[in-house]
Amino acid sequence: MKKQRTSAQKQSVFKKSLLAITFAAATSVTHAGEVEVLHWWTSGGEAKSAAVLKQMLENQGDSWKDFAVAGGGGESAMTVLKTRAVSGNPPSAAQIKGHDIQEWGDLGFLTSLDDVAKAGHWDDILPSVVTKVMKYDGDYVAVPVNVHRVNWLWANPEVFKKAGTSVPTNMKEFFAAADKIKAAGFIPLAHGGQPWQDATLFEAVALDVLGSEDYNKAFVDLDMKVLSGPKMVETFATFQRIHNYIDDNSPGRDWNIATNMVIYGEAAMQIMGDWAKGEFAAAGKTPGQDYICAPAPGTANQFTFNIDSFAFFKLSNQDNQVAQKHLAKTILDKDFQEVFNLNKGSIPVRLDMNMDKFDKCALDSMSTFKASAKTGDLVPSMAHGLATTSYVQGAIFDVVTNFFNDRSADPKQAAQQLARAVKAAL
Amino acid sequence: MEHTLSLTKQKATRPTMADRLQRWLPKIVMAPTMLVTVVCIYGFMLWTFYLSLTNSRFLPSFNFAGLLQYEKLLDNDRWVTSVTNLGIFGLMFMLIAIVLGVALAILLDQNIRQEGAIRTIYLYPMALSFIVTGTAWKWILNPGLGIEKLMHDWGFTDFQFNWLVSQDMAIYTVVIAAVWQSSGFVMAMFLAGLRGIDSSIIKAAQMDGASMPAIYWKIILPCLRPVFFSAVIITSHIAIKSFDLVTALTAGGPGYSSDLPALFMYAHSFTRGQLGLGAASAMMMLAGVLAILVPYLYSELREKQS
Repeated sequence: MKKQRTSAQKQSVFKKSLLAITFAAATSVTHAGEVEVLHWWTSGGEAKSAAVLKQMLENQGDSWKDFAVAGGGGESAMTVLKTRAVSGNPPSAAQIKGHDIQEWGDLGFLTSLDDVAKAGHWDDILPSVVTKVMKYDGDYVAVPVNVHRVNWLWANPEVFKKAGTSVPTNMKEFFAAADKIKAAGFIPLAHGGQPWQDATLFEAVALDVLGSEDYNKAFVDLDMKVLSGPKMVETFATFQRIHNYIDDNSPGRDWNIATNMVIYGEAAMQIMGDWAKGEFAAAGKTPGQDYICAPAPGTANQFTFNIDSFAFFKLSNQDNQVAQKHLAKTILDKDFQEVFNLNKGSIPVRLDMNMDKFDKCALDSMSTFKASAKTGDLVPSMAHGLATTSYVQGAIFDVVTNFFNDRSADPKQAAQQLARAVKAAL
Repeated sequence: MEHTLSLTKQKATRPTMADRLQRWLPKIVMAPTMLVTVVCIYGFMLWTFYLSLTNSRFLPSFNFAGLLQYEKLLDNDRWVTSVTNLGIFGLMFMLIAIVLGVALAILLDQNIRQEGAIRTIYLYPMALSFIVTGTAWKWILNPGLGIEKLMHDWGFTDFQFNWLVSQDMAIYTVVIAAVWQSSGFVMAMFLAGLRGIDSSIIKAAQMDGASMPAIYWKIILPCLRPVFFSAVIITSHIAIKSFDLVTALTAGGPGYSSDLPALFMYAHSFTRGQLGLGAASAMMMLAGVLAILVPYLYSELREKQS
């Protein structure tokens, strides 16, 4: 008995010293500081991507405090963030995008990342349309993670073959093909009737009808003449016509269920951003063979972008400030950009990436992204908050979704309403 | 027990101190909850009222803007729709739930066998969250999944029931789901009320030769007046605060045709960065609640006095 106890005691002493040594080692490594990151990447592929970022930071010696708030478009996360920021305890970085970055900048919560940006030559590796969104008052305050193309058409080639038609490249072909598909007994367009999805479809039609220049005038500059003009009336009329090719059960449907209708050959097409690719990939489908990704009708050389980004907050702790800068640098790291975007279905935001591992859809997306950046056809997505503030966006959503669900609505009146609603929200 | 013991000990030595303590003790004990209530309910009410008079957008701001937000609100099509919807939903829900509840209670009051089991079955939907009710009814009412498809599969191909996806009818599906959930609860309230009625009155009426429907209509239901009152108050507050049911069932859609003020408030305050407008809509809802609550409190207090 006695012998045993002494050996146990010896063991515990040994353990303690070992523990002390590891602690010492650990503290010397993690001295760099802690990053707390607010995000809502809580589902499958997204969570995997967040884990990659965490691992890369921990390899650099920083500790990662996860601050994931579940809930779709991050509504609940934003509420939590506001409370934290106002009480003077913001996280190091938060998933904020588009115009909200400017709002937070206006309120004076964001910190400048210019030294990291200069060291990493961000101005050279990122397109200027992107950097404009990431800067507040000339300073970098946010870091882009990826670029999504929103104006995509996802199609099931088998359904097209059965209906004896081909994937449309413009609106005229779209309606002709849709008639044939309908006659063959399939649903031409899979759609989820939620306000943001209605707006996504509306935006694709608007890009085609208005053209890039007027699209920018309408949704970025909020030009009342364009918003209520004849081209906008035409946009609404075309948008209304599309409703004839959507099944009656669409209200309230989630986007991924609509995507599944295309995957399993129930419907022929879906107009949705490239996050839909994740659903096809999860179902084990190969692009070009089992499904086709084409630009939304009539928008082949145009690119509606949606960029996920992290905004960086002012912190008081100096160690944490250093860690924060590490985070900013790591997000634009080539390795992270590759792994993250392969998981998420989007394309890297850096223009100097090696794209070997990406599929055909991503390569198409990347080449259009580069080309459209030069021609001025790279436009911000209204439906995803890149074009305007959340309050103008909300006003547009209300008009668009109400119009789309009222089969007898008048396009002329809708255009007037749109201009009025936007004006009221300013 | 220990407290009272120590109190009596003190009383023996210093009676005046203990007296004072005894007088203050209830107030001291009540103080924390009182403080929490005053700050977290009435304080925030005033704060919201103040916000509704500012031009707050993303975060609270303190720039006074007068009644601008209220003007914007009344000019907002979506707000008008949501208030109209609340009127339709509230009135229909209260009426149907109470009529159905009373009917069920009267039927159940006829000394039938297995009453306990039946009562539990009717009351049980109340145990579910409105989210569950909403989700379940979303499937049942969806034309491609639920009742309509079932009827089509059974051969009735002309059958149509597409309220859930129709802009004009969506709000009525909310009424259906809410009634399904709450009428059992109303039934339980009335059943308790019916059991509380003195049976000698009914026997006396029967001796006088009154028929059963006449007894219910002329004697029993008037006796249940206080229960009616509670039922109205409870169902009306369920209607006004209704948020989760609509969120799960229609999410305010199609379009915003089944929107309710609570949904409007949440969307504008928390997702659209229109705190001022959201606060104004919250104040309008509060005004609605007060319009029901004040007459109720008044009548209650008057009854107590007389």
